[in-house]
Amino acid sequence: MYNLIIFLPLIGAVLSWILGNRFSSIPTYIVSISCLFLSMIISWIAFYDIAILKNDFEGASLPWINSGEFRALWEFNFDTLSCVMFLVVNTVSAMVHLYSVGYMSHDKSKARFMAYLSFFTFAMLMLVSSNNLLQLFFGWEGVGVASYLLIGFWYNKKSATSAAVKAFLVNRVGDLGFILGLIFVYTYFDTIMFERIFELAPSMMDVSIVVFDNKLNVIELSCFLLFIGAMGKSAQLFLHTWLPDAMEGPTPVSALIHAATMVTAGVFMVCKLSPLFEYAPNVLTFITLIGALTALFASTIALTQFDIKRVIAYSTCSQLGYMFFAVGLSAYPAAMFHLTTHAFFKALLFLGAGSVIHGLSNEQDMRKMGGCFKKLPVTYILIWIGSLALAGIPFFAGYYSKDMILEVAFASDSQIGYFAFICGCLAAVLTAFYSWRLIYLTFHGDFKGNKSTYDKIHESPLVMLLPLFILAFGAVFSGWFFKEMFIGVNWDYFWSNSIFILTGNDAIYKAHSVPKWVKLLPIVLAIIGISIATVFYVLIPDLPSRVSKAFRVLYTLFYNKWYFDEIYNYLFVKPIKIFSVFCWNIIDKKIIDGIGPNGISSKVFSLSKISSKIHTGYVYHYSFSMFIGLALLTLILLYNLQVN
Amino acid sequence: MIEFFNLPILINHYLILSSLIFLLGVIGIFLNRKNVISILMSIELILLGVNINFIAFSYFSSDLTGQIFSLFILTVAAAEAAIGLAILVVYFRNKGTIDVKDINVLKG
Repeated sequence: MYNLIIFLPLIGAVLSWILGNRFSSIPTYIVSISCLFLSMIISWIAFYDIAILKNDFEGASLPWINSGEFRALWEFNFDTLSCVMFLVVNTVSAMVHLYSVGYMSHDKSKARFMAYLSFFTFAMLMLVSSNNLLQLFFGWEGVGVASYLLIGFWYNKKSATSAAVKAFLVNRVGDLGFILGLIFVYTYFDTIMFERIFELAPSMMDVSIVVFDNKLNVIELSCFLLFIGAMGKSAQLFLHTWLPDAMEGPTPVSALIHAATMVTAGVFMVCKLSPLFEYAPNVLTFITLIGALTALFASTIALTQFDIKRVIAYSTCSQLGYMFFAVGLSAYPAAMFHLTTHAFFKALLFLGAGSVIHGLSNEQDMRKMGGCFKKLPVTYILIWIGSLALAGIPFFAGYYSKDMILEVAFASDSQIGYFAFICGCLAAVLTAFYSWRLIYLTFHGDFKGNKSTYDKIHESPLVMLLPLFILAFGAVFSGWFFKEMFIGVNWDYFWSNSIFILTGNDAIYKAHSVPKWVKLLPIVLAIIGISIATVFYVLIPDLPSRVSKAFRVLYTLFYNKWYFDEIYNYLFVKPIKIFSVFCWNIIDKKIIDGIGPNGISSKVFSLSKISSKIHTGYVYHYSFSMFIGLALLTLILLYNLQVN
Repeated sequence: MIEFFNLPILINHYLILSSLIFLLGVIGIFLNRKNVISILMSIELILLGVNINFIAFSYFSSDLTGQIFSLFILTVAAAEAAIGLAILVVYFRNKGTIDVKDINVLKG
């Protein structure tokens, strides 16, 4: 029965596509939403049955590739890790489907949107339930395609299509790493099945290859390559540039794909492959470094952005950084815990922002908002809940998970751990600051847009608010509810054998016994951040501009996103463009086309022009040539007769 | 044996005659620049030349088949001439001329 979890969204996608082309949007909604809700309910049952009661379930297994020695199956794995992901993905996805009914009500192609969303869900479920690297890769690419299609959903907008292409191309860089990692693992482990790889991992520890006189450990190298893939998908530093641009897509898409599920695929992948990554300590250090830097770096950019969705996008980037440095410190359960709580409160924040955008007739610039809380009271409260959870105020979901990650970083008792701890603490202050900056700019003060827009501001319909209530419920209670299971004393019973931590990497054990001040620090940091934001945007409103003038260089750097786009443009995009134009104009048009098809066809044309001159149209010319021919033939015949 | 001023007429005389008539027809076709009727007449000449060949061979080898063939050729030639003239009439109605110089629509 649990196999239905994966296939119901696919059925929903196909049916809503077919129905949407034939009928109005109502049957599409009914089919796709009922499929998703059914899938969500089954995944809750599966979570209870498999993750909590520890019953075993054998997923379906179908043949796929059978070529010589190489064998790949469609296999569905139902362990605790997968069930947690099912729960997260399906809950958020079902809520987003419901929300889209309201959000996309003015759009023409509703059926296409629903079909893409359901297809995305299917691909994501394929990814998290896979039992071998190739199926993981299938899901990995599937979500990439769905993300591309949904970012470019409004294909009339040029910015949307170019953002979609950018997302696809940047992900391609990561995916190249993933493919290389996959090939590497297959070459040295001779299998792509997770079970076999994990069995073999300890014995492969000392195997190394020589590249240009450098000895490289096989596990380290393959883990590094796989992590490049994770960096691309999870928008980590250096490969993060696509995520903010992806906000060109409709807001439900941002909530589902670019906050709650797809971008966490990288974290999930490293957790899933923990038995392999555990034997690659250098890669783990690298992951911690990247994660810590991303957490800090992305939150600095979020401070200065004015697009409401971009602020949240950079916040997502930064929270993913938290998850990665938890992973890098071998605290996989803490990362998965933060992934779960983050999915709820970040989806809530995004959908809340969507509600604001919808209410303000598609205005996204926070400089044109303000004072909306009277008009949007429910959204206002929901965004408060989301922000409280994000900032890590006690008893909201984010508090438990972020607290745990920071404790792990402190408890790991290594240089890189302390580095991550400091980055995480700074990022926590910034997180609280920019969250409250968003609230104050959007909901408080005077309205700064058009008067006519202000009059038209309306609270979202119930169909949009209902999913928000459910996500808000998750944002409040999921931390408290899952805490004992995910990172409690008996966490290794809960995760059973789906997560593996090498003896010695015991940060997660020690995290429970850190000093009191470390436990209290995140709360203090959050309160500091909130107070600074209050001072900046409520008490002394002209302070932000004075500060930005005083730290002009820093502000410009943050505002322009550390010039990453410009640097990449200069380093990669421009040279490739010049090279491509050369290839197009010289090699393709001149050489290949000139000699190939065009050359031959123009030669044939000119030759036939000449030969057609022979056809004069006069009967006596034809008959003359016939006669000459006849005479020649006769001569040849006579000559032959004489010779013989 | 047919004689002409006491000289026997042999098969090669007939062959020379027939090939002369045949060549006359052929040359008539491709030297003619004037009108289509003379082309038709030239074709008739070619057929006549062939007929003479047939009958001569039939006579000298005492085999009647050649003469039967020549009768066939006469019929076909008559039919062909009729069709050719009919085409000519229609063509003249359409174009107003039967000059060979002007019949060059097939020009490349």
